[in-house]
Amino acid sequence: MTEVAVTSEKPPAPKKQASRGGGGVRGWFGRQPVWVRAVVVLAATAAAFLLPYVGDVPVIGPQIVTNGVDWTSALFNMSYYVLLALGLNVVVGYAGLLDLGYVGFFAVGAYGTALLTSPDSILYSHTGWAWLAAAPFALALTMLAGLILGWPTLRLRGDYLAIVTLGFAEIIRIVATSTDTLRGDRGFTSIPHPPGSYSDGSPIFGVRDATPYFWLGLVVIILVILGVRNLDRSRVGRSWLAIREDEEAAEVMGVRTTKYKLWAFAIGAFIGGLGGVMFAGEQSFINSQTFVLQFSILVLAGVVMGGSGNIAGAILGGALISYIPDRLRGISFGGTDLYEYRFALFGIVIIVIMILRPQGLIPSRRRAMELKDREKEVAPSE
Amino acid sequence: MSEPHIETNEELDNENARPVDRAAPTGSRQAEAAGTPSADVRDGDVLLEVDDVTLRFGGVVALDQVSFALRKGEIFGLIGPNGAGKTTCFNAMTGVYRPTSGGIRFMGQSIVGKKKHEITRGGIARTFQNVRLFPEMTALENVMVGADAHHKTSVISALFRLPRFWQEERSGRARSMELLRFVGIANRAGEVSRNLSYGEQRRLEIARALATNPTLLCLDEPAAGFNPAEKEDLLALIRKIRDTGVTVLLIEHDMRLVMGVTDRIVVLEFGKKIAEGTPAEVRDNPKVIAAYLGVPADAA
Repeated sequence: MTEVAVTSEKPPAPKKQASRGGGGVRGWFGRQPVWVRAVVVLAATAAAFLLPYVGDVPVIGPQIVTNGVDWTSALFNMSYYVLLALGLNVVVGYAGLLDLGYVGFFAVGAYGTALLTSPDSILYSHTGWAWLAAAPFALALTMLAGLILGWPTLRLRGDYLAIVTLGFAEIIRIVATSTDTLRGDRGFTSIPHPPGSYSDGSPIFGVRDATPYFWLGLVVIILVILGVRNLDRSRVGRSWLAIREDEEAAEVMGVRTTKYKLWAFAIGAFIGGLGGVMFAGEQSFINSQTFVLQFSILVLAGVVMGGSGNIAGAILGGALISYIPDRLRGISFGGTDLYEYRFALFGIVIIVIMILRPQGLIPSRRRAMELKDREKEVAPSE
Repeated sequence: MSEPHIETNEELDNENARPVDRAAPTGSRQAEAAGTPSADVRDGDVLLEVDDVTLRFGGVVALDQVSFALRKGEIFGLIGPNGAGKTTCFNAMTGVYRPTSGGIRFMGQSIVGKKKHEITRGGIARTFQNVRLFPEMTALENVMVGADAHHKTSVISALFRLPRFWQEERSGRARSMELLRFVGIANRAGEVSRNLSYGEQRRLEIARALATNPTLLCLDEPAAGFNPAEKEDLLALIRKIRDTGVTVLLIEHDMRLVMGVTDRIVVLEFGKKIAEGTPAEVRDNPKVIAAYLGVPADAA
């Protein structure tokens, strides 16, 4: 009897590991046959959808759940941070274009939605647009913003590009603050929620429970992952990597560097815009205070921490940068809420991770091999 | 016959003055390209013409009215002492630099001012003097970047995995593997290219360049840092490439290496062409000897 119990418990164990990630597990995962991988991915997905109920799990549950913040809201926050990390990973991780102003696209997506739907908008006439109707236009607008940022900065790399993108995000924030049309601090109110209602007529996407928003976020994340993965494993991904590694050599090998850099910006912007559209739909209110520089830095930190150039890393990093501060909220230490120290603690966490695992928590396959190689080079001399 | 055929720079200034028959001993093909002003060559035989190209960087004249022509199917050497302008010439041909004056025509069409990737897709591929692979990509992926040059898969068809994506991905992969086999490093296909040995990296760079399906392959000092045995292997590879119908332009400053493989050679010194001819002719040319040994030209 006991034996039966043991064997039936065995399979789930590696699944849990896989969803947590890590170097050894990653290698193990890569060696498995397709069906095992499919099962693991499906299990991880199912587990992700069940996250809102994790608080009900005895013993472990209460440790995971955020105390100071509504757990489902925290999960939704994680979902758009993950989305942003995935988008920024395309720009920074794949194409190697250091973008410090990524919040700009998040802002454009949110403002695009607000302008089309909010009663406060000058575009509002009697009825206003539904959230879903506004979304494609807001996303088109963010892609355009991506191209507008990308075009003049095509010749820039590294530090110089970082400075310009930083300026770009600030321009958007300042324009939002000081332009009457964009309403500054007053912001836009009554941005409609996503559509849909239960059989009893109450809306699915209400104000009380953030669970549906989180699920919506998960669906969007899954679609984005599939899209980014398809691009990565194609000519497009190869072109991005080639540009990142050696732009001139890439061009000499026939890569249209201009085209692919613009695509990286546009796709990154699109994903960031998705985050913004979802954020506006859940919050129902946005103003210029939402889109501060720290946001960009935080998402970039998430990408680097998780493992730049790698989807799993971006997901983990994005989730952590949102989860850690939310988890700290409501824990008091010496009379102060730890949340107040979130950036200090965060800084420490990042420094520790960068010392112990410079390639990120889940390094990209290539980065991992590179570092392994260095270890080998070091070994004989010691 | 007693006087080897050499074009000196003075002769270039007045191209029509060059007697055609001086090239006669080396055969009629020789006469066409060497003895006739390159600008007037209308034969399908000529693949690339460098016509009176001058390239200045500020006050420095890196190339000074250099002219020569490459013919289809040959292995052409561009040699000269360090700093002679070989790589500059090469960069002008592949679109990295734009000539200050003069023209470069490839298959009859001017390529001056064209973008680098356009020139590559037009049929000129190159390697770099100091290997420039994509270090974190696998050997196969490196070659596939080259193969992608002629692919038409758009971002949309990659995103939605449309039939064109599958078809090109499959054919590109097969072709890339074949090229890795061709240069002899197929067993390293899955290895990240930074982990390859120096010799393997050089071969990989050639495979990557060949993947762009070039008519003309330009190799910039491919034997730098090779030992004699490796150099022999490389020469065999270069001949093998030529035998597939690709014209090869070889830059080298190792005279011995070039002598063994090239059909014709142009010698540069201080940005000027000082000699052109078959390896044997060039070897005996006093100006070339002077350039390599540092003897003043008039003393030789």
